[in-house]
Amino acid sequence: MTPLNILLVLSAGLFFAGLFGVAARRTILMQLISLEIMLSGPALGFVAVGAYHGSVEGTGMFLMVLGLAAAEVALGLAIYLHMRRATGGDSDLAHRLRG
Amino acid sequence: MSWGFAIWAATLALAAAVLSVTRASAVHALLLLLASLLALGAAFFAMSANFAGVIQLLIYAGAVVAVFVFVVMTVDASETAMAHERKLLRSAWRWPALFVGLSVIPILFGIGGGAMDAGAPAAADTRELGLLLFGDWGVATELVALMLIAGMIGVRHLGRSLGPRLRERGRE
Repeated sequence: MTPLNILLVLSAGLFFAGLFGVAARRTILMQLISLEIMLSGPALGFVAVGAYHGSVEGTGMFLMVLGLAAAEVALGLAIYLHMRRATGGDSDLAHRLRG
Repeated sequence: MSWGFAIWAATLALAAAVLSVTRASAVHALLLLLASLLALGAAFFAMSANFAGVIQLLIYAGAVVAVFVFVVMTVDASETAMAHERKLLRSAWRWPALFVGLSVIPILFGIGGGAMDAGAPAAADTRELGLLLFGDWGVATELVALMLIAGMIGVRHLGRSLGPRLRERGRE
């Protein structure tokens, strides 16, 4: 196991920790926090590979992931605040969509 | 800097993330998420990706967590709500854990198997990064900007329709 291998394993671990959170939690707010953790796993992978090859593409991809995470958090929290009165923040109760 | 410190910081980030997704209280989960993001920033600095580290601290650990803090203020943190949350988590963790365990094994073997020899982590030049983002990757940068604008318009729309109803409720 070289350092890059270990870092990639850790980034996969971060991703799967977040995936477990999204699947196991029923509170929408906790699922959003888990989504953040899911997105930070690939970010670590991109930066590690970029540093390994000495290229800036890794950091560039990290910035793309960051933009995605920022948009996702803003929209997700707005939708959560909207749905909270109808469902109490429980995603199991939000199985029926209405415009 | 060194790979060793990067691995140590990323391990801390993983530990904080695992703790974060298993907490009953949203405030504890948020603080552990903040710890995880800060540790990731330290890992980026250790890998000489200074620009990524600064952005991680400013945007992720700063702005994103601040937005979460505003929403966490609205969450019911009473003892009965915590007990309900713990009960939900205790009844629902087995199948997701099995699924994650089964899917993580092949990935660990796939990533951990190949031998990659490592020199010291190389520093990424910020000037080069700017040339990449606004030169070769110009379209991708524009797309990210468009996505952020779409998010902003969506949040504005959702927030606006919430206002009058809240005022009505205040009058009742």
